Amino acid sequence: MLTTKIFIRKNRAGNFLKNIREHYLRDDIHCGISNCHDCPPNSNISPATHENKCSLYNFNHYLVLDTNVILHQMDLLEEDAMCNVIILNTVLEEVKHRNLPIYKRLNNIMENTDRNFYLFPNNFHIECYIAQDKLEVINDYNDRCIRRACTWYMQHVPDAKFVLLTDDVANRQLAAEENIYCCSVENYVAHLENCGSLQDKLAHHDGHSISKSDDIFPPHLTTLEIHKGIKENKLYQGVYHASRDNFLEGYVVVEESDGTPMQIIVQGRVGQNRAVQGDVVAVELFNVKEWTAPSDLVFEDEGLVESGVDEVLRKEAELNVGKGKKEAEDRKPTGRVVGVIRRKWRQYCGILQQDGDASGLYQLFVPAEKRVPKIRIQTRQGVFLRTQKIVVTIDLWPRHSRYPEGHFVRALGAIGDQATENEVVLLEHEVPHNQFSEQVLKCLPKLPWIITDADVEARVDLRDIDICSVDPPGCTDIDDALHCRPLTKDTFEVGVHIADVSHFIRPGTALDVEAANRATTVYLVNKRIDMVPELLSSNLCSLRGGEERFAFSCIWEIDKNAKILNVRCHKSIIRSRKAMTYEEAQITIDDKTKNDSIAISLRNLNMLAKILKRKRLENGALVLASPEVKIHMDSETMEPLDVEVKKLFETNSMVEEFMLLANISVAEIILEAFPDCAMLRRHPEPPVSNFDPLIKVGKNLGFDIKVDTGKHLAESLDEAVNANNPYINTMLRILATRCMMQAVYFPSGIYEKSNFFHYGLAVPLYTHFTSPIRRYADIIVHRLLAVTVGSDATYPDLLDKQKSKLLCNNLNYRNRMAQYAGRASVAFNTHLFFRNKVQDEEGYILCIRKNAVQILIPRYGLECTLYLAEKGQSSAYFQYDVEEQTQKCGDITLHAFDPVTVRLSLDSSNVQHEKFVLKLVHPYIEGFSLPPLNVPSKRKGDSKNKNKSHEKRKKQLH
Amino acid sequence: MSRKELLSKIGLRQDGRRAEELRRIRCKLGVFTQPDGSAYLEQGLTKVLAAVYGPHQVRGGRSKAQHDAAIINCQFSMAVFSTGERKKRPRGDRKSTEISIHLHQALLAAVKVELYPWSQIDVYVEVLHADGGVFPACVNAATLALIDAGIPLKEYVCACTASLANNNVAMVDISNQEETLGGPVLTVVALPMSAKIVHMEMSQRFHLDHLPKVLNLALQGCKDIKAILDDVVRQHVKDIGSSTGWSQTNRKQ
Ligand SMILES: [Zn+2]
Repeated sequence: MLTTKIFIRKNRAGNFLKNIREHYLRDDIHCGISNCHDCPPNSNISPATHENKCSLYNFNHYLVLDTNVILHQMDLLEEDAMCNVIILNTVLEEVKHRNLPIYKRLNNIMENTDRNFYLFPNNFHIECYIAQDKLEVINDYNDRCIRRACTWYMQHVPDAKFVLLTDDVANRQLAAEENIYCCSVENYVAHLENCGSLQDKLAHHDGHSISKSDDIFPPHLTTLEIHKGIKENKLYQGVYHASRDNFLEGYVVVEESDGTPMQIIVQGRVGQNRAVQGDVVAVELFNVKEWTAPSDLVFEDEGLVESGVDEVLRKEAELNVGKGKKEAEDRKPTGRVVGVIRRKWRQYCGILQQDGDASGLYQLFVPAEKRVPKIRIQTRQGVFLRTQKIVVTIDLWPRHSRYPEGHFVRALGAIGDQATENEVVLLEHEVPHNQFSEQVLKCLPKLPWIITDADVEARVDLRDIDICSVDPPGCTDIDDALHCRPLTKDTFEVGVHIADVSHFIRPGTALDVEAANRATTVYLVNKRIDMVPELLSSNLCSLRGGEERFAFSCIWEIDKNAKILNVRCHKSIIRSRKAMTYEEAQITIDDKTKNDSIAISLRNLNMLAKILKRKRLENGALVLASPEVKIHMDSETMEPLDVEVKKLFETNSMVEEFMLLANISVAEIILEAFPDCAMLRRHPEPPVSNFDPLIKVGKNLGFDIKVDTGKHLAESLDEAVNANNPYINTMLRILATRCMMQAVYFPSGIYEKSNFFHYGLAVPLYTHFTSPIRRYADIIVHRLLAVTVGSDATYPDLLDKQKSKLLCNNLNYRNRMAQYAGRASVAFNTHLFFRNKVQDEEGYILCIRKNAVQILIPRYGLECTLYLAEKGQSSAYFQYDVEEQTQKCGDITLHAFDPVTVRLSLDSSNVQHEKFVLKLVHPYIEGFSLPPLNVPSKRKGDSKNKNKSHEKRKKQLH
Repeated sequence: MSRKELLSKIGLRQDGRRAEELRRIRCKLGVFTQPDGSAYLEQGLTKVLAAVYGPHQVRGGRSKAQHDAAIINCQFSMAVFSTGERKKRPRGDRKSTEISIHLHQALLAAVKVELYPWSQIDVYVEVLHADGGVFPACVNAATLALIDAGIPLKEYVCACTASLANNNVAMVDISNQEETLGGPVLTVVALPMSAKIVHMEMSQRFHLDHLPKVLNLALQGCKDIKAILDDVVRQHVKDIGSSTGWSQTNRKQ
């Protein structure tokens, strides 16, 4: 029943430690086979209904998999084809140790009872356990454990058959000696009934059997060499990021020995050495003499499926030209990738490259994410797949292959189809978007929903107060409402009422778990992926006009100078008088003839908000800008009719001020009550180096941008005004926004108080309280606040600092992804709008590059590249000045922020990456620029046909 | 996320036990001849020796003596080789003093001290190998040694630890590996027959909602340990009694 494991470990001080652990062996473990007579009956074991039909074996059988099969063939396993699988604990542990995402996917399969995957803890089973021999390598030992389990099964259930799947030839041989049926995965799948498309999903880890050409990449160091190198400070460890614009360039973010982050540039085939976006790699830093500056060139990979490295070599050479000419100060740390510590390969969405033979076995897959290299796959359905958006994953990247090799996972739908594109956006950003499960829907309140006497008892009744909400047009998830009434001549009572979502979402329920995982509602142009089911988001929690709703109220006494005299929070019942749009509210305020209580309270709110805003700005809060656009959709065809930059009213800012105030007040309250586990939001101060591009541009324009503190930055941005070009200020703010760090959620216990600071808002404490319908963080804050004011009880996870931290990590990740997904959706629809259109547009130069200029077109919030030269050539017209950051042609000089007119059209030749093509119209350069179009382009959308793209898109700058 | 879970999906712990299973306990009474009573106890890999001297006259300063009860003097120490890392452990460092005091408290609840006024009972405990749950093992060993010394007890005093796996499931008798993986450890010293708690200690906070299940499991652990100790004591008495014919009388009862 008992054995001990002895480990000898070396500790940090270099002493050897003997570590002994107990290992109990059991005789009460069920073998997992339902009709087994020897094992005690167990109701959890379900009978196998499915039959594995493989023509290699003329009998039904159970499958046993080895570790590599699971690690490599997860896409295959996720197909329903293979059932009745025994997963050995030995294998599971190794999978967990080696690849956590695969481990999670395996767990998902095991939870699906239809598949009948059974986890057998063989290493704790008294008859399956074997001790590791003294000189036995761990892999051999694990293989031996697997074979031992197979032979045990064979004699334990003699009427059943077991097949071991392993790609390890030596293991197969040993297994055969022990009379175990065994087979390679490829062979097994090929003989499986209905194998058809399954074969495409096979990962080929021994490489596609293509004629081996010469190695074109240097070898990677072994793990041991890497560890040694890092330990001796000869190598650095970091995450590899590929450049979006140049497939031959990337950088690795590493930490120097003192902890400061450093970016190491890696260039070319040798420098990148098969690193893929996101991989954790080991890099070798070059001598300072060999350092180079980030390239200004824009290179695209134009290779075909069978093409060699000629193109790469040519472009590499081009990259190297002028390397030595670079000014010393521009040179940045440069190095080369010498090994991969951890691959972060995932599934990629994209399409097959269209040129070449569609029926060929080998096809080249072009990922939608430009930073991921093309992937070569094997498929028997190339003709069909070329019409589809598909998902592909990488298996390996051998030294002799220009491209990584992978396999097809599944098809998403026809290319260019809006539903397909939405799916791609959601998948690429890992947005959970399945239908809500039965379990989740069961947690919802039953309709009709009524307010009981007990509810009234537990809440403050505010139904007699004139409360209203102000939101974007068409908003159905209204989570905030406001009121304001005079108390005395000089003081007001101001209330912010937030939907009481935590009343409906109870901790630990399926609904809660689902919402926590989703973390946020995701807004695409024509689709909203709710965090909570619609019944809550658009009905019971939404503070609709004229309906009685539960709210969490935060109420201040404020004097006429907007000084806060006191604050209180409590749960309440409200009845919003009216759900207004920003525009309606603005009209109500401006219309002097209106003097009802709503109009008066809006006016007072607006007056107070202006003072609050002024105070906030005086404190050094930043006003940033990012071009946000609204897309008008045709309600029938769901095609974009028009794209325009969002219009902002004073009332936008009014609502925002009070939301900020509520968030700040609540942050203070919950931090005092829960010093260790209050959910807060911090916005770290960016490192000064982040501002370099901004300072450089400012200097060229004659502005001195100070970045030492947020206050100075805010002031210098305010001062940077050019009367001739009023848009310059906005451009500077757009650039400043890009220098910022991400604001993040965190539990208060993990940082010192000085780190709680919110840089953008210039407040010491901040949290999110005001949007619980669409953000999970707010639900947690509501729960904390409810405990503080005595209307709810705590639960374990709420007070667990570690769990809160994990939750925050997820929230931060999902939020970032939601933001990216929203932008990607806008980009796609903007493209759709511009198909077959040619227009001249006003734009501004955002930055200057060696062979191109980046141009911002404010009207559409677009940022595009105007190429000054054919790819790979230097411009015939323009002279690039690195120092001044200008492009000169005769007496015309292009600076950053100069206004230009460009001709905008869409190049759809690349189906996946439709891109805007810009041609210069003004300033006019003979031979380069185009004459203006005769008809000045004016948007003439049929206004009655317009339908606001979607309900709500709020900025998440803070 | 920690890659090791305290309790796997199939309900097995790192060492193969289920949540409510104790580690193997092996013990022996009368391992030394010199002291009045002694015992050796293994709980998993935690190995403890206990020796009891007394009751005897109060030594070193009569002022400590009590007119109505015996005083109990406890000394806890750890052998240099008891942990993976060899470490010289001076007697009377803070941690051992603390454990000595707790041990004193625990034993005081069980020993009928009022029978021996003006006397002293010495209890020495030495840890030979520490693998989690050191203090409970000391209490259990000391109980056996006291029984071996023939000192009247109200009942067995037993100790056990319990913890919370994955912040949800209670599990009993925590090993060193589980301690280091994290999770709060609740140590309970109890009089299992009368179900009284003598001493309770928690290593870190956990939510009040979990306390009942963790506490109950720890108490159940104390009861299980008592049953094991009781068997050993009866066997021991039978063994030494067999030479004198006691066992015969014993069986008749
Ligand atoms: Zn069986």
